[in-house]
Amino acid sequence: MEHIRTPKVENVRLVDRISSKKAALGTLYLTATHVIFVENAPDTRKETWILHSQISTIEKQATTATGSPLLIRCKNFQLLQLIIPQERDCHDVYISLIRLARPVKYEELYCFSFNPKLDKEERERGWMLIDLGEEYKRMGLPNNYWQLSDVNRDYRVCDSYPTELYVPKSATAHIIVGSSKFRSRRRFPALSYYYKDNHASICRSSQPLSGFSARCLEDEQMLQAIRKANPGSDFIYVVDTRPKLNAMANRAAGKGYENEDNYSNIKFQFIGIENIHVMRSSLQKMLEVCELKSPSMSDFLWGLENSGWLRHIKAIMDAGIFIAKAVSEEGASVLVHCSDGWDRTAQACSVAGLLLDPHYRTLRGFMVLIEKDWISFGHKFNHRYGNLDGDPKEISPVIDQFIECVWQLMEQFPCAFEFNERFLIHIQHHIYSCQFGNFLCNSQKERQELKIQERTYSLWAHLWKNRADYMNPLFRADHSQTWGTLCLPSTPFNFMYKFWNGMYNRFEKGLQPRQSVTDYLMAVKEETQQLQEELEALEERLEKIQKVQLNHTKVKSKQSEPSKHSGFSTSDNSTANTPQDYSGNMKSFPSRSPSQGDEDSALILTQDNLKSSDPDLSANSDQESGVEDLSCRSPSGGECVPSEDSGKDRDSDEAVFLTA
Amino acid sequence: MEFSELIRTGRAQAKLLRGPEAPPLRGTLCVTGHHLLLSPGPQATSDLWLLLLRRVDSIEKRVSGDSGTITLRCKDLRVLQLDIEGVEATLDIARSIEALSSLESVITSFPFFYRPKGLRLGDAWHFHPPERYYKRVARETNAWRLSEVNGDFSLCPSYPRAVIVPRAVDDDALARCARFRQGGRFPVLSYHHAPSGTVLLRSSQPLTGPQKRRCAEDEELLRAVLAGARPGARGFVLDTRSAQAAKQARVTGGGTEAKAAYPGWKRLHRPLERGWPLQESFVRLVEACGDLEQSMDRWLSHLEACHWLAHVKEALSTACLAAQGVGREGACVLVHGAEGMDSTLLVTSLAQLILDPSSRTIAGFQELVEREWIQAGHPFQLRCAHSAFSHARPKHEAPTFLLFLDCVWQLGRQFPLSLEFGEGLLLALFEHAYASPFGTFLCSSEKERCLCEVRTRTHSLWSGLNQPKEQRKLRNPLYVPNPLAIWPSVELQTLRLWQGLFLRWIRPPESSEVAWEKVWQIVTDKKTEGCEPTVSASEPQL
Repeated sequence: MEHIRTPKVENVRLVDRISSKKAALGTLYLTATHVIFVENAPDTRKETWILHSQISTIEKQATTATGSPLLIRCKNFQLLQLIIPQERDCHDVYISLIRLARPVKYEELYCFSFNPKLDKEERERGWMLIDLGEEYKRMGLPNNYWQLSDVNRDYRVCDSYPTELYVPKSATAHIIVGSSKFRSRRRFPALSYYYKDNHASICRSSQPLSGFSARCLEDEQMLQAIRKANPGSDFIYVVDTRPKLNAMANRAAGKGYENEDNYSNIKFQFIGIENIHVMRSSLQKMLEVCELKSPSMSDFLWGLENSGWLRHIKAIMDAGIFIAKAVSEEGASVLVHCSDGWDRTAQACSVAGLLLDPHYRTLRGFMVLIEKDWISFGHKFNHRYGNLDGDPKEISPVIDQFIECVWQLMEQFPCAFEFNERFLIHIQHHIYSCQFGNFLCNSQKERQELKIQERTYSLWAHLWKNRADYMNPLFRADHSQTWGTLCLPSTPFNFMYKFWNGMYNRFEKGLQPRQSVTDYLMAVKEETQQLQEELEALEERLEKIQKVQLNHTKVKSKQSEPSKHSGFSTSDNSTANTPQDYSGNMKSFPSRSPSQGDEDSALILTQDNLKSSDPDLSANSDQESGVEDLSCRSPSGGECVPSEDSGKDRDSDEAVFLTA
Repeated sequence: MEFSELIRTGRAQAKLLRGPEAPPLRGTLCVTGHHLLLSPGPQATSDLWLLLLRRVDSIEKRVSGDSGTITLRCKDLRVLQLDIEGVEATLDIARSIEALSSLESVITSFPFFYRPKGLRLGDAWHFHPPERYYKRVARETNAWRLSEVNGDFSLCPSYPRAVIVPRAVDDDALARCARFRQGGRFPVLSYHHAPSGTVLLRSSQPLTGPQKRRCAEDEELLRAVLAGARPGARGFVLDTRSAQAAKQARVTGGGTEAKAAYPGWKRLHRPLERGWPLQESFVRLVEACGDLEQSMDRWLSHLEACHWLAHVKEALSTACLAAQGVGREGACVLVHGAEGMDSTLLVTSLAQLILDPSSRTIAGFQELVEREWIQAGHPFQLRCAHSAFSHARPKHEAPTFLLFLDCVWQLGRQFPLSLEFGEGLLLALFEHAYASPFGTFLCSSEKERCLCEVRTRTHSLWSGLNQPKEQRKLRNPLYVPNPLAIWPSVELQTLRLWQGLFLRWIRPPESSEVAWEKVWQIVTDKKTEGCEPTVSASEPQL
């Protein structure tokens, strides 16, 4: 590729941020799609692969005696610090990456060259896995109150909306078109979620062009139609997810919010989620805290607080909780909007959906939720996540925040979700990776024009195929607490919101739990199931044999066979206490791996976010990294107990301070 | 019984509020010598509610009209509210509770009266004495012996009768060492690490004083330690005070080992917080957790301001350093601070948990607590006299043991499969250390326990905990024996607030219980519906 100035640089060192002592020596390769670092160490040859589309920033630092440092920050929170011996090479790599990381055409993106070796039929079936038509049917639509409207056929009314939308039956095309003219970017109120238990609904739109006094009869009729589509309530909530000040400022620009006096029977509510710029800088600040070198606990907590990140997460959750309560407890319909109705509105609607409907808490349902509230309703993936070179002010971690909200809920309700943390992390990864076509472009219309479905593969099919990796073993669909609407305590539980180490530090293996409960439990479950199946098969055989009337004693001896070879004593069903017995035949259940020659390396199950199922992710995975130099993340901040020969042997207390 | 003088009113009608989740309980309130009882009336006698009075940390009374309200803040951080009919009754009951909950006499405390069904007195008291640990050490090395030099507690009142010392040092030398160490706590074996052939020792500070005194026997003892370890082993003295503080201690007769006097030994200083600042940190953390009105931002700054997590980090780091010295550097490590009964024990016990797989079993952990805390002379009676709510002027209170439990919890979070016990055991130990029907945590030393005949006249917590019905609560269903050292991460991002303890009574616990049930169900592959874990099983059944 013409942008690669130098395809290969040798003797590059990859610095481990946590253990500053140990830099791995290796070779750096630049390809059309990846940056690859291969370590020289002959026994491991560990490879680190970075997709160009994951690169967020590249920073060239001042050359030192050892070489020129190059810092690569990735959108999936990986941080790569390379030291390149020659300044010239470093410059070449830098210039190449600057260009490679910022493609200007969609065709340059990885998904157009990515080929998982599926035939055409499989690819098409993959795209059909998630069907929004089916989803609306599942909600109970169409019905007496809601109908599918073709008003946006060929994107005639709103080019950032999908073509198929549900609207109240009483909303005529005239009302819809009229309303759309009174809404920013013509994003008129349309159905996001219908709660069939009590006919309440969640609708979404953009802000009205009300300015200081403008009115629109059709828009007022539109809201009335939404209210009438819910016979159980005589009012609707209009939730503006912006801070009141922002909404008021918009009035000066001819936009703004609904005047309660002009609309009959609405209750207006501000929630106060900040805009994309605030969120962008908040994430920036939080990541700076993560990057601090040996900070004190105060630095960390202060930094976390000053970033405001958790406060923003809470604001989004509050919006979702408000909407979910209005729908499920008050039986009132809610119209949600922000400015353009594609960022905060998507966050609030999808969090509310997740709280209200257990289906969205299943693996497949979660994909549907993202497909519905984010992809189809025109969340601007390309702009927000910087897939193509564009305005850096458009970039903001909007869906990252939603994904974190899901994680925070998972922490609160460990049994309520069918999927696990890894699932969220992989989705986040692929929103930025551009390996699959799902998240390309800014709208349905653009995707159609680009013929995404014919030219790329669907992430959902890929995740679904590997769903075994994404299951939450603790999921209890049948439990009263996890079924129906998730009830959060009414008091403001601030301590409920935690720093998501598994996401923002996920490449710092030393900071992750050393053993994974999820993997362990899945392995146990799988083993149990296998035994069950074996038992059933044998019982069947037994029956057959009995029919043939064989000697009874002979049959008995056969029955005890399976338990022996699978390593269980026949009487003991406490399977978990003997996992080492079956580690051999289990996939992905590395028990105390013998490859860890180091007796102290207690990393039994490294949390591998990066399972082998994912071709690209696995490249980064260092499952062998069990052998870490433990002294490096030692308590003393990277210093071992000073050895005899280190430093002058002073009988003073100062020597100690050096290590502190 | 003399308690009767302290009980002003036998009974009153009352309503009990136990936090936002539990429904209120109405009935007849009754104060006895050791308990507060609420009997809901004849139709539901089984629901008798009972609170050990020693569990009350602070009491607050308010009267209005012809009724009153008593707020009880308990040592296990629970907050209870009693609405009582009658002003006089309220005041009398409050006064009775106040008097009875603050009785200082050990031998009239409840453990001396507690006689549960199914347990025999004297059981499990000889469960974990040092002799038992010595048997294990003796199998691994010949360099150590069990000395009964402290048989009558005359050498060191806070040590047990038997201690493990280098074989090369005789009892006379030990006696002289004892005189050179504060409180007589001469260096003794804490843990022998068989894989490296080196040891972890603990003691108190040497009494060098301003004149920089020396003691030949003390020096000889540490020389013998190195000689008995693997050839070429070095030694580290890990002082849990700052270099500055150690130097200052000379003024009051204390000090630290001079380099020249102890060849082969090198000193490290890792200051750990102790005493009042630690207690204050605990108090402020509990305060912050109880403040539900604060904004998101204030929560984080509150958490920061109380420094608790910083203490957790420091304690774990220092323990890792000691463990690293023993396990990876192949060195002998002597840990001490000043008195050697607080942060010293924190470090040695955590280091063992990191290094020694057998201390991560339920039995092994109980043995560790017994050996490194109770028998090693951590003054529980003083340190745990009050918890975070008390308004009383603090004297010797410090949550050192709680800090230890928190560190263990952090270890368990990072290695969820490697500890045989779960959070339940840690919570139980926290509760019982502060107030218990069992005698295990009574008194401040072995000597006192002997004088009070604790072993013969009270029940051991271990025999209470090791009953089959308690197991499900204490056990970690995910446990897989792990023969390796477990090196925790002490980075800030990995340390978490122990919600299960600090928010135990604030946050509804159901969702974690639901998860726990499911874990049990998966690993035992049995339906667990109906087997609700009993939360308040630590209360005695009368």
